[in-house]
Amino acid sequence: MKNSQIFHKGPAVPLDRDNIDTDQIIPKQFLKSIKKSGFGSNLFDTWRYKDEGFPGQDLTKRELNEDFVLNIDRFKGADILISKKNFGCGSSREHAVWSLIDYGFKVVIAESFADIFKNNCFNNGLLPISLEANEVSQLMSLAENGKEIEVDLENQIIFAEDTEIASFEIDPFQKKCILQGLDEIGLSLTHAEEIKAFEDNHRTKSPWIFNQVLIDDC
Amino acid sequence: MSKTLYDKLWEKHEVCQREDGTSLLYIDRHLIHEVTSPQAFEGLKLAGRKPWRISANIATPDHNVPTTERAEGINGIKDEVAKLQVLTLDANCEENKIPQFDILDKRQGIVHVVGPEQGLTLPGMTIVCGDSHTSTHGALATLSMGIGTSEVEHVLATQCLKTTKLKNMRVTIDGELKEGVTPKDVTLAVIGKIGTAGGTGYAIEYAGSVIENMSIEGRMTVCNMSIEAGARVGLVAYDETTELYVKNKPYAPKDNLWLKATKQWRQLTSHKDAVFDQEVKIDGSSIAPQVTWGTSPEMVCDIDGLIPEASDESTQYALKYMNLKPGTKITDITLDQIFIGSCTNSRIEDLREAANILKGKKIADSIKRAIVVPGSGLVSQQAEEEGLDKIFIESGFEWRSPGCSMCLAMNPDQLGDGEHCASTSNRNFEGRQGYGGRTHLVSPSTAAAAAIEGCFVDVRSYK
Repeated sequence: MKNSQIFHKGPAVPLDRDNIDTDQIIPKQFLKSIKKSGFGSNLFDTWRYKDEGFPGQDLTKRELNEDFVLNIDRFKGADILISKKNFGCGSSREHAVWSLIDYGFKVVIAESFADIFKNNCFNNGLLPISLEANEVSQLMSLAENGKEIEVDLENQIIFAEDTEIASFEIDPFQKKCILQGLDEIGLSLTHAEEIKAFEDNHRTKSPWIFNQVLIDDC
Repeated sequence: MSKTLYDKLWEKHEVCQREDGTSLLYIDRHLIHEVTSPQAFEGLKLAGRKPWRISANIATPDHNVPTTERAEGINGIKDEVAKLQVLTLDANCEENKIPQFDILDKRQGIVHVVGPEQGLTLPGMTIVCGDSHTSTHGALATLSMGIGTSEVEHVLATQCLKTTKLKNMRVTIDGELKEGVTPKDVTLAVIGKIGTAGGTGYAIEYAGSVIENMSIEGRMTVCNMSIEAGARVGLVAYDETTELYVKNKPYAPKDNLWLKATKQWRQLTSHKDAVFDQEVKIDGSSIAPQVTWGTSPEMVCDIDGLIPEASDESTQYALKYMNLKPGTKITDITLDQIFIGSCTNSRIEDLREAANILKGKKIADSIKRAIVVPGSGLVSQQAEEEGLDKIFIESGFEWRSPGCSMCLAMNPDQLGDGEHCASTSNRNFEGRQGYGGRTHLVSPSTAAAAAIEGCFVDVRSYK
C-alpha cells in the first residue's frame, strides 16, 4: 500500500500522439508577450480552437474544436497530462511550460521528453515523468475511465485506485528542487567563490574570451 | 585517457560538480534575442541581481523584426506587441550595459549568423542562447546549446549553466557528395536515419570526409539541425578550415593573442582512440537531395522518392495535415510559396547556391510568393556586392531585410492556410510557418529549382 507522501493527485487527460512539439503547445504568435503568465487559454491553441488565435482575442467568440481532448467534458479540469514519445521537442521556448502551468497542469507523464523542455519543466516546478510505453498506455486507459492518478514523488511511484502502476526515475537534484521549491540561482551563487576562481584561471589561460565587446557606431 | 572533443570542452569549463551530480559549466558567450530574454531580465531585476560578466553577452533582435520597411527602425514594426518586445530588449541592454546590434545596425541579423560572422563565436568556447538552434555554433568546435528562459536568467546571474554531462555520439559521413547534394541534404539524411529523438541526451560530433571537406558555413547548417535529431549539442573538430574562417573576423583575437589562441584551438579534436557511446555511419555518396513530406523533420525522403504508406498514427496525422496521399511522387508536389532564409540556410554560400540555379530564369507563375531573407545585414551587403540580389529580383523573388522571418513566422512573413512551401528552414511542424501552412524542408538549391518549376525537381539533373 502507498504511504501518505503524495506530491499530487488529480484527474488526467491522454494526448495520444508522439513528437508533440512546443510550437503545438504554444504557437509563435503568443511568444511576443514579455510576461510569464496568461498563456493558459492559448495552450494547444491550433488544436483547441477552430479559428486562428492571436494575442488579446475575445475567447468567448472563438469556436472550440469539440473533438480535441482538452475540450471533452470529462477531461476538463484534468491537471495531469499524459502523452507519448519525445514530448516537448523543437523550440526551446519556455512559454510552452508556462502555458501548461497556467492552464493548470501539475504533472506531465510521457514515454520520453526532449532535453530542453524537460529542463524548462523542472525550472518551473512542473513535474515531467518518463515511463515505459506499456505503463503510459495503462495510465491513458485509466484516464479515459476517469480514474485519478496519484504521484508519490518522494518514493517515485505512481498509483491509481490505491494500486501501484509504475515507478519512475528522477534526477535527485531536480527532485529536491520540485519538493522544496529551491531558488536555483541562489543555490548556484553559493558557489560564487569557486566560479570567480575558475574565471580568473580561465582568463589567464584564454584571455581573448574576455575581450570587451565594444559596439561602435557604424 | 582518450577524450572526445565534447569531453575536452566540458572539462575545460566545468567549475564544479555538486553532490547531487549536476555541474556548473562556465559560459564564455551568451547570445541574447528579444523573445526569450525579457522574463529573464525581469527575474534578475526582481531578485536584485546583476549580470555576472557583462562582456560575455551580446544581443540582437531577430525573431520579431519585419523584413520590409527596415529604414524606419523600430517604427517599422507595425505589431505593437512585437514592438514592445524589441523595445524591451533595447531597454534591458541599455540598463545592463549589454552590447547590442540593434534593429538599425548593419550587423544586426539572426543571432546564429551574427555570432560566427563577427568572431564573437570562437573555437573552444561554451556558448548558450535562449534558442534551440544554438547548436549551430558547434561548427567552430565550440560547446554550444540552446537553453530556456530560466536558464538565461541563471547564466546572466552566475555566468554558469547548471547541467549534467551528455553522452557522446559520432556521426561519420564518409565518401563524397554527389553534385547538387548540399549540407542541408546531409543533415536531413542524418535526421531521417537516427530520428527526431535519436540524439536526445547526446552531443553529436560530425566527422568523416564529407564534413572535413565542407566549408564552415556548411558545417553550421549541419550542426544547426542537431536539435531536430533531439541533440542539444552538435560539433565539428577544429581544422585549417576553421582557422581560416575565424582569422580576421572583427572580434577575433589579433597578433600575439591570435597565435596563443590558435595554439590552444589546434587541440580541439577528439583523440583518435576516443570512445563514443554511439556511432552512426553514413555513406555520403548515397545521399540524394532531401525533401520532407510530413510534420516532423524525420519525415523525409529522397527527391526521387514517394510519399510513404500511412502505416502508423503519426504518419496518418501528418499526411492528413499535409494533404498528401501515400504513393505520390515527391516531384508531383506543387508549391505555393518559396522561402530562402533562417539560421539554417541564410548565409552567403546559401544565397550563392540558390542564385546559381536562378540565374537567367523566372519563377513559375503558379508561385504566389518567393522571398529570400539574408541572415544578417552583412550577408545582405555581401550578396548585393556580388549582384545576387539582382539575380533573385529578376527571377521574381522578393529581396528582404535580415531576420528569422518565415522560419517561425512571428513577423508578417507567413504562409496562408493550406499553402505548400519549399523552405530552407529547419522545422516543418504544423502551423510553424503560418496557420495551416504546409512546410517542406529542402536545401537552397532545391528551393530555387522548385521556385522555377512550381514543383520539386531533382537538382542533380537540373539545367
